[in-house]
Amino acid sequence: MSGASEGEVRLPESLSGVEPVQSVRTPIRLEYDYRPSTSAESYLRAYGEKRIIGHRSPVDGAVFIPPRGVDPRHGVAISEEVDLPDTGHVGNFCVTHLPIPGRKGLEVPYVSAWIHLDGAAVGFLGLVRGCPSEEVRIGMQVRAVWKPDGELGTTAENILHWEPTGEPDVPFERAGNRSFHADREEETDA
Amino acid sequence: MREVAVVATAIHQVPALTDTTEVQLMVPLINAARDAVGLTQAEIGFTCSGSSDFLAGQAFSFVQTLDAVGAFPPISESHVEMDGAFALYEAWVKLQAGEIDTALVFSYGKSSPGSLRDVLALQLDPYFLAPLWPPADAVAAIQARLLLEAGKVSGEDLAEIAVRSQRNAVGNPNAVRFSPDMAVADVMAEVPVADPLRPSDLAAESDGGCAIVLAAGDRARQLCGRPAWIRGIDHRIDAHGLGTRDLTRAPSAELAASVACATADLAIESLDIAELHSPTTSQEAILVRELGLGAATEVNPSGGALAANTLMAAGLVRIAEAARRIIDDRADRALAHATSGPCLQQNLVCVMTGG
Repeated sequence: MSGASEGEVRLPESLSGVEPVQSVRTPIRLEYDYRPSTSAESYLRAYGEKRIIGHRSPVDGAVFIPPRGVDPRHGVAISEEVDLPDTGHVGNFCVTHLPIPGRKGLEVPYVSAWIHLDGAAVGFLGLVRGCPSEEVRIGMQVRAVWKPDGELGTTAENILHWEPTGEPDVPFERAGNRSFHADREEETDA
Repeated sequence: MREVAVVATAIHQVPALTDTTEVQLMVPLINAARDAVGLTQAEIGFTCSGSSDFLAGQAFSFVQTLDAVGAFPPISESHVEMDGAFALYEAWVKLQAGEIDTALVFSYGKSSPGSLRDVLALQLDPYFLAPLWPPADAVAAIQARLLLEAGKVSGEDLAEIAVRSQRNAVGNPNAVRFSPDMAVADVMAEVPVADPLRPSDLAAESDGGCAIVLAAGDRARQLCGRPAWIRGIDHRIDAHGLGTRDLTRAPSAELAASVACATADLAIESLDIAELHSPTTSQEAILVRELGLGAATEVNPSGGALAANTLMAAGLVRIAEAARRIIDDRADRALAHATSGPCLQQNLVCVMTGG
């Protein structure tokens, strides 16, 4: 293309008049035969029996959920499984007013919360329902609402959501990640 | 140049890690390397790792693997989406800057859950080559064909490389393919996978990982009786497009080796051993020629990457295997090589000595 100004693409004569390529699509897909590890498998299988499993650190007894086979603070392997109750408190939360595209049965606003099970050092994600969203608060005690027994699979989806127990709140200074450290300080003082 | 040495190594390679996650693989390796020199993570100045999300099938998978380090209290850390040998280079640069005296380098690859030949196709250019999904073996076979047609090597030469690798790998606990009595005729009788490459011409794929501790100057002398001093290290890159290169050559390997040897003030002929990261026998033949290795240098005493090729770790394993032989006083002058990209596109050379 003779006479092209600076910055324009100059094509060789043989390509003059040819429709320019505006975009190229090169779809990419990789498949994996993925095994999530023995600790994750125990965790998922336990869900099928309405049990929640954590891993206890050999260093200081901190219980991690979900179990990953390692204490990430110390880089130490964990093999001790512990059963955790299906009760805990809201360590932190967020109220969302936008729907998730393609997800049915989730009315807005919905409350995503960091659920701290009794006895666990860290929280994990859950949905809080069973009360108006403006009543959800840090420290609110909750329990799991499970799918009916006939519908249980080996999946975290077995817990439909978490609902308030009505018990007194966990005080703010003991809520969330503070709970594990508060317990330890009391042990040290005692 | 600041004196920096490899003071500890740990390697683990197996045909496939089915029950073990990358984190569970690396916990004992990282601890073994640190324990060998009595360092805790708090005493490590910088941590650098190499791995690939394309193997893990997860975005930011390396962040999870940091759980194996014990990154609390918070640490100074970096990651490269490359073989761990290139992570070691980054740590070496950091040590040269003089702010730190110790570094931890690790890398790992668990390719067994996916299809390695498809994963490797995605390192090719995205417009012309990757959409064709050429298997990595076929791409390497095109290079091998050129080498044979140019008369630079014969099929028997390649078979001899395969036989040497399998023989040297006997007794190496981290080799996944070895044989004390395989002969050239046995290799020549194999049915080619991607003609002209036969199964023994192609690396035995493995899952695994490697961890190395680096230390500078007197700190290295305190930690290790006989550190493997890095006297020269360099990495260079050839053009990405396969059609733009003479595939029978690897100029970037030649340049990296000559720079590393010049920095080390060593003649290439004076090396005792060379650990080469060659995923095929044909690529090993190219590397021996480009580096100018002589008859006095033992090539791949561990069996090399042909005996176990853990993608993202095989290059760092070469450095570890070479360093071990210096630390154990089995060698005094060693070269370790790592490659990345299709057909030896990128090459790193690390020259180490005991004195």
